Amino acid sequence: MNKDNTILSIKNVVKHFDISGGFLDQLRLKKGKICLEKTTVKAVNDVSLFIKKGETLSVVGESGCGKSTLARVVLGLYPPNSGEIHYGGKRIDNLNHEQMLPFRKKMQMIFQDPYASLNPRKTVQQTLEEPLRFHHPELSGNEINDKIDQVMEQVGVDQAWIKRYPHEFSGGQRQRISIARGLILDPEFIVADEPVSALDVSIQAQILNLLMKAGRERDLTYLFITHDLSVVRHISTRVAVMYLGTICELAKAEDLFAYPRHPYTKALLSAIPVVGAKRAKQIKLKGEVPTPVNLPTGCVFHGRCVYANQRCINQIPALLTLDNGTQVACHAVEENRVIS
Amino acid sequence: MKSSFQKFKESYFLYSFRQDKVAMASFTAIIIFILLALTAPWIAPMNPYDANNIDIMNAEIPPSWNEGGEKNFPIGTDNMGRDMLSTMLYGLRTSIMIGIGAVSLQALIGIFMGLSAGYFGGKTDAVLMRIADIQFSFPYLMLAILVGAIFKMVFGIGRYEQLAVPLLILIIGFAEWPMYARTIRASVMREKNKEYVEAAKVIGLSNRVIMVRHVLPNSLTSLMVISTIQIANAVMSEAALSFLGLGMPVTMPSLGSLIRSGFDYIFSGSWWITVFPGILLILFVLAINLLGDWLRDVLNPKLYKG
Repeated sequence: MNKDNTILSIKNVVKHFDISGGFLDQLRLKKGKICLEKTTVKAVNDVSLFIKKGETLSVVGESGCGKSTLARVVLGLYPPNSGEIHYGGKRIDNLNHEQMLPFRKKMQMIFQDPYASLNPRKTVQQTLEEPLRFHHPELSGNEINDKIDQVMEQVGVDQAWIKRYPHEFSGGQRQRISIARGLILDPEFIVADEPVSALDVSIQAQILNLLMKAGRERDLTYLFITHDLSVVRHISTRVAVMYLGTICELAKAEDLFAYPRHPYTKALLSAIPVVGAKRAKQIKLKGEVPTPVNLPTGCVFHGRCVYANQRCINQIPALLTLDNGTQVACHAVEENRVIS
Repeated sequence: MKSSFQKFKESYFLYSFRQDKVAMASFTAIIIFILLALTAPWIAPMNPYDANNIDIMNAEIPPSWNEGGEKNFPIGTDNMGRDMLSTMLYGLRTSIMIGIGAVSLQALIGIFMGLSAGYFGGKTDAVLMRIADIQFSFPYLMLAILVGAIFKMVFGIGRYEQLAVPLLILIIGFAEWPMYARTIRASVMREKNKEYVEAAKVIGLSNRVIMVRHVLPNSLTSLMVISTIQIANAVMSEAALSFLGLGMPVTMPSLGSLIRSGFDYIFSGSWWITVFPGILLILFVLAINLLGDWLRDVLNPKLYKG
């Protein structure tokens, strides 16, 4: 692994949300004693990964596995409870608002819901010029307009629509405008939080191609959050599979799809529908995803895993690097108990 | 490219306005009232504030169509010999001025408090909203009596006449700001979790800029609705205070103090001193409330998504 190539690294990040409410909601009676008890959602637990310059790292997982939270922690929208985030070699999770500004220019985000991510009271022009005016107050009006025209052309939105409001656009067009807002500061790194999952299937491909084209032309690095495995296969360099706030497998895209190692990844991949050919037997998981409020002990997946034994219940598995570079957090893989 | 006027002409807002006869009627009534109030010095037959015009011998002349009525005083005179019509026009002017002034003050305090409470949440929210609750639980009449009494003692009755308008604006403004704060807070809390606010944070905008430029403009609809209703409330509050003798002095009567001054004479037969200002007040407040109701129906995103 070439360390110099790393653009972003996340080290042991933990993010818990306090949902216990007010003082009265926290009161509990325990063994005849009154005590305060906090309820926390363990959204992200001890996640470490790094992203190399120019690659697309996808994070996949079910709803509620903490992938969107991870994205927001990376961008500093939520402060992590513990752990570190380094961007270009500098630690950024402990910076204040002003110190963070130079990094804001380099890191941008594309949101899931194009109906909520554009301010309904601002025209396209106002939405696009706001980041420019804020970060580059030295630019003249003409320079700003040129820049907006250029980005709008790149994302495929007609420049004639610049004075229109978001409600006059379709979902796909809104997402293009949202992407334009992300690109207008010429960022190096983009976090895309399920950018196509709110869109019509016919539009999804267009938006994905647009993102990939912009990525090639501008040499962008993506952290791509999604639950759509077919999308992941199409666009990713590497894939991280998350389950209940932890990473269970991190591998190159082709390796992950060809030889999934973690039992959860296997089950996940076997659920992809195949057109035409008869697909292999689907692995059906028993039970449901446990609540992130009370995490299972040991491996978070042990309650639903066919390979689980006493060690899985007691000990949290660490990420294990295999020969081909795939990282897996599983005792069964380590002990060669998994029959593939 | 359509001009904004053209856009307005084709908007749902104007369309529904033209469909709704009540809204049109109340809007017309409000416009007429405001015009009458603004042009009072020119259209009123006499200036009721000028003691030289007033002749005490003209006191309690009934409306012109009644026995003993005079042509110069179409709807009679009050107990001090002032022409009722002129006094009512000037009174309406004072009432509207106090109403709008008080609502502006309410809006200023309420928006600031509600926006901060809703946006920051947590402890800020708890502290600001408890202040609002305390303010709400304190009857404003008590506050008005207290402040008014202290004011009269400190400045004397003479100065009080000059300072009555700003004093009433202050009292009514401070009494009712929690209404604004709560409304704004509710709509800010709805808006602040939307992704466009997160997008603004990712850009790096400061909290102040996000609050003022992104969250507040999206809370304006509820602000508009509550403002109309609050103007009516403020006019009513002013009338109530004046009726109790805590508002505008008799020399510069508002509608409320006119009603009060006529109240003493109502059993001696001079009903017109109370009834005409009363009708004017009811019509004005009713028109504002009807328009406010219509606004709420149109701007309510649950009934119509725009």
